[in-house]
Amino acid sequence: MIKKNNSFLLKILLSSIVRRRSRLMVALVGIAIGATVLLGMVTLCYDIPRQMSREFRSYGANMILVAAGRESLMMRADIENAAALLPPEKVLGLTPYRYETVRSNMLPYTAVGVDFAQVRKTSPYWHVTGQWPERDGEILIGADVAEFTRLVPGRGLTLEGRNKEQARYEKDVTVTGLLKTGGVEDGFIFMSLESMEEMTGEPGFVDVAEISVMASGRELRDLAEAVRSGQSRVEARLVKRVTQSEETVLGKLKTLVYLVTVIVLVLTMICVATTMMTVVMERRREIGLKKAIGAENRSIAREFLAEGLILGLLGGLLGSACGLLFAQVISANVFNRSVTVEFYLIPATVLVSALVTIIACLIPVRRAVDVEPALVLRGE
Amino acid sequence: MNILELRGISKIYGQLSALSEIDLDVAQGEWLAIMGPSGSGKTTVMNIIGCLDKPSCGSVVLDGQELSALSADELTAIRRDKIGLIFQQFHLISYLTALENVMVAQYYHSLVDEKEALAALDRVGLADRAKHLPRQLSGGEQQRVCIARALINYPSIILADEPTGNLDEANERVVMDILHQLHREGSTIVVVTHAPEVAAHAERTVVLEYGKIARIVLGGDPSKAPEVGEACGAGA
Ligand SMILES: Nc1ncnc2c1ncn2[C@@H]1O[C@H](COP(=O)(O)OP(=O)(O)OP(=O)(O)O)[C@@H](O)[C@H]1O
Ligand SMILES: [Mg+2]
Repeated sequence: MIKKNNSFLLKILLSSIVRRRSRLMVALVGIAIGATVLLGMVTLCYDIPRQMSREFRSYGANMILVAAGRESLMMRADIENAAALLPPEKVLGLTPYRYETVRSNMLPYTAVGVDFAQVRKTSPYWHVTGQWPERDGEILIGADVAEFTRLVPGRGLTLEGRNKEQARYEKDVTVTGLLKTGGVEDGFIFMSLESMEEMTGEPGFVDVAEISVMASGRELRDLAEAVRSGQSRVEARLVKRVTQSEETVLGKLKTLVYLVTVIVLVLTMICVATTMMTVVMERRREIGLKKAIGAENRSIAREFLAEGLILGLLGGLLGSACGLLFAQVISANVFNRSVTVEFYLIPATVLVSALVTIIACLIPVRRAVDVEPALVLRGE
Repeated sequence: MNILELRGISKIYGQLSALSEIDLDVAQGEWLAIMGPSGSGKTTVMNIIGCLDKPSCGSVVLDGQELSALSADELTAIRRDKIGLIFQQFHLISYLTALENVMVAQYYHSLVDEKEALAALDRVGLADRAKHLPRQLSGGEQQRVCIARALINYPSIILADEPTGNLDEANERVVMDILHQLHREGSTIVVVTHAPEVAAHAERTVVLEYGKIARIVLGGDPSKAPEVGEACGAGA
């Protein structure tokens, strides 16, 4: 029988909402907008660090590996051992660099052996005109070198030099492309590490390696520490400038997002409170009547709060759907990438909406409870 | 036995004394009318009898219970259990059907019972309108829903303030017939009215003037019947 009463209460609450929906629309839209911004912002807040990490990576590697102690050269195997200490899914790219001084037409140049496939990941800002080298004996020349030597893609030249054992070597190479970075790279000649090993007859050596790790701040520092403590031949250093600016930007962005979210929630609360206040004013006669026929203050308060709860849940659900869309659109436009949704945020948003609505209803409910039953006979 | 006893009831609004020193007894099963010019305090008396308002001073005993010491919550309980209210403006809840409007009274009283609510509507001749919203009902029909709602919890006393004030003659007759039937079944009825022909149905009529009982008349029309003013003492 009590169950019958509860289902009757639910029925009259729904009737009240459905048959008076135009009034409640304002509150519902307000809650939905609040929930939209809430879920959208929080989803972005979760996603932005991920997105930004990727974005920052495109400004270059954030960790470099150099020989530990007094050594100046590392072996390829040392690099591989060190890299194995990093979680593979966090490593976006790893480029080994080997430097040799070579001569061509009696002039000295710095030749750099790299992995061309990897360098595109660790140094995405490299701008190449012509072709990237694909075969042995193909090279990229820096823009300054090109200007100085008047070499263009397709032209050949001969490089010569001495290896560590002072043995002479010589290699014919072809220019396939020009590299422009605006940095020191513009003065270098680039070939594949394999080409350089073949040229010098000394395989295995590496001077330095750049790694692009998808991490920042503490996490990045911890990873570098893990490499340092995991083996002794290679030392991991962080590229300071990028990692720190990344942190500050993220921190400021998050603060901004939280601030906006709080403001929107407060606005939602005000919107709901004013709407519910109007609703209570409009329904004074109804409230008076209910009290006149014996409704306790408790029942009146419960009905309004329940109505607020239903509104809050409805608006929360509606807003969650819009919020996901909102986050998706922002992410697509700003980061060119779809957003990753934390699904537990949806029930959390609905809950917060309900809570905010209930809090907003507290003052109107007080007003409702204060209505005098005597007004029903006065015909106000 | 008296179901209602008012002793020295006054109600003061600021400077204005809406009621002063009213003494009035209503017997179990009696049909009493209250008449008087506008502003004479009829609704004020109704509010006090109906536990919707408290007198500034004086005592009210309803069904053997002294009301002046009761808290607002206790008065609510008395309204719920003992009083059936019929309004000039009907006061139906606009978004609920006729049936649901009756069930609302059950809901606040104890437990909803759709069958019983339907029976109450049937009693006022509205069984076939149970699913209609108030705006789909005529004034007379709305008033009958209001009566069904007032009866649903078996009140000890039925209070009606201008029950026919918004109705035409035909509907007035229907409503008065229902009240007659209730009276025959033993209900105590207090009706406030301007209309002598409505008061004529009552067994006794109290005439208020300036917040005091000017006279008490046996039978309906106070302009014709002999005065019995001293019976309950108008305190003046
Ligand atoms: N809440 C209030 N505050 C101040 N004065 C009030 C209030 N309610 C009633 N009054 C005054 O008390 C007096 C009696 O009012 P009441 O409503 O009882 O008259 P009434 O006999 O019912 O009149 P009517 O026939 O017009 O309904 C009136 O002068 C009215 O202005
Ligand atoms: Mg009145």
